[in-house]
Amino acid sequence: MNEASTAADRTLGDRAAGDNSTLAYDVERVRADFPILTREVFGHPLVYLDSAASAQKPRQVLDAMRDAYETHYSNVHRGVHRMSQLATDAFEGGREKVARFINAGSPDEIVFTRNATEALNLVADCFGRAFMKAGDEVIISTLEHHSNIVPWQLLRDRIGIVLRVAPIDDAGNFLLDDFEALIGPRTRLVAMTHVSNALGTIVPIKEVIARAHARGVAVLVDGSQAAPHMTIDVQDLDADFYAFTGHKVYGPTGIGVLYGKRERLNALPPYQGGGEMIASVTFEKSEFKDAPHRFEAGTPAIVEAIGLGAALDYVEGLGRETIAAHESGILAYATARLGQVPGLTIIGTAREKASIVSFTMACAHSHDIGTIVDRTGVALRTGHHCAQPLLQRLGLTATARASFGIYNTREEVDVLVEALGTVTEIFG
Amino acid sequence: MLDELRELYQEVILDHGRNPRNHRRPEDANRHATGNNPICGDALIVHLTIDEDGTIRDAAFEGKGCAISIASASLMTDILRGKTEAEARALFENFHQMCTNDDFDIAAVADDAEALERLQVLSGVRAFPMRVKCATLAWHTMSAAMARKNDVTTE
Repeated sequence: MNEASTAADRTLGDRAAGDNSTLAYDVERVRADFPILTREVFGHPLVYLDSAASAQKPRQVLDAMRDAYETHYSNVHRGVHRMSQLATDAFEGGREKVARFINAGSPDEIVFTRNATEALNLVADCFGRAFMKAGDEVIISTLEHHSNIVPWQLLRDRIGIVLRVAPIDDAGNFLLDDFEALIGPRTRLVAMTHVSNALGTIVPIKEVIARAHARGVAVLVDGSQAAPHMTIDVQDLDADFYAFTGHKVYGPTGIGVLYGKRERLNALPPYQGGGEMIASVTFEKSEFKDAPHRFEAGTPAIVEAIGLGAALDYVEGLGRETIAAHESGILAYATARLGQVPGLTIIGTAREKASIVSFTMACAHSHDIGTIVDRTGVALRTGHHCAQPLLQRLGLTATARASFGIYNTREEVDVLVEALGTVTEIFG
Repeated sequence: MLDELRELYQEVILDHGRNPRNHRRPEDANRHATGNNPICGDALIVHLTIDEDGTIRDAAFEGKGCAISIASASLMTDILRGKTEAEARALFENFHQMCTNDDFDIAAVADDAEALERLQVLSGVRAFPMRVKCATLAWHTMSAAMARKNDVTTE
């Protein structure tokens, strides 16, 4: 595929030259890979602080997708012709890159879905059908995104499972012992976020998995917010299932990932029926393929899988340790600067956080904050962040959220802080 | 940049946003509805007291929200008092036009010019399409209450 992670190579080169501080991360070179960052919004440079909702795409991803359509496109796993073989190789190459990215044991453990939401729904549906009945319990946490709440409620309405919710403290820290106390004889699955999209809290997921496994309970992790920020090693975590989405990790929309241990996946019934997922079909019955194809009925998002592979190449080229160092520097800077804004309260001050800062201002509703800073080019997420139960737990309905990615700078934090001055000017 | 923001956040809006009028639950209210803004998670409850002849004797609301949605609810409940249900519906129609249509002209509207002039402070949302829902949330909720939809009353 494209050998184009140039900013990544240069950055690593800079570091090798001897300066191993985070300053060696050449953010301007990373920014140069993202065409959208050159545009203006209302006459101001775009300051994109909404990567937790969806990240922007580097040229390498766009090029890989265009290249696929222009030079090796066909349906996959179908024809004997040359284009079908090239497209299949590229598509399966995407799967191999995903497997490497999260250190799965095999590409066969990588199921492509539309997004993380579909991955979570897949497990709720298939695991629920195979292994749960009325009165069985699923444990989630207060930190969940709606996508890891609603599928379980639908399952509850369908077969009568019981949903238990592991608590947090007021700062947003996950409470490990309280979680463990919820595990009982009827607990069949723990379905839990790795990183909170609304607060940035990093859940001690390895310990969650260890404690669940000690009681014989499988764990599904929602890694949507973790994948862009940290090294994911599903074998080290010992996760049974791990879901994430492509578009938050600098890849295209329309492609998500469900990792599952091979024996876990093959123990599940199919998700949807159709072509590609069958070994043989008669009008009497069908035999299903093993994972991952069992769960990929119909023509998949071929070029999106290729684009996701390119995105993961890009991220790995920069180096996830390097990215984590860059982002934790921005997080610390943003936390300090925002903390000095009069009347501003940071929501979510957990000990371990990814580069997300949620906040409220005494003088203005988050919607009004979002509208005002938008006029200076600053893109913030405002509202409930698809985590209404979490905000209710904190006594809120809405926050403003700044989330930082590989291309964000301290100067952009300064622009945000200045824009918040306008909020105070109007509302204060 | 600031001009448009000043146009949106006029002093009247800020005042009604900070100190909303009719933010209460009248004991004799006979129509209620809850309106949700799914984008921000805010919810307003509108209470109406409607006489047998269809006159809105009292209008009030409860809930929290952004400056625009609260100011709109505050102004609306002030203005609706004394109007008939039909007048309230017509006013909502014109107000919606005012918030979305650049060519809207108050002078061309025969009825209720006075009410529309008071509401004109909210017309700044035209430059902020994402905020039109905030400005009209209370009105949609009022309309639902009159139509006895989303009725939250226990009577």
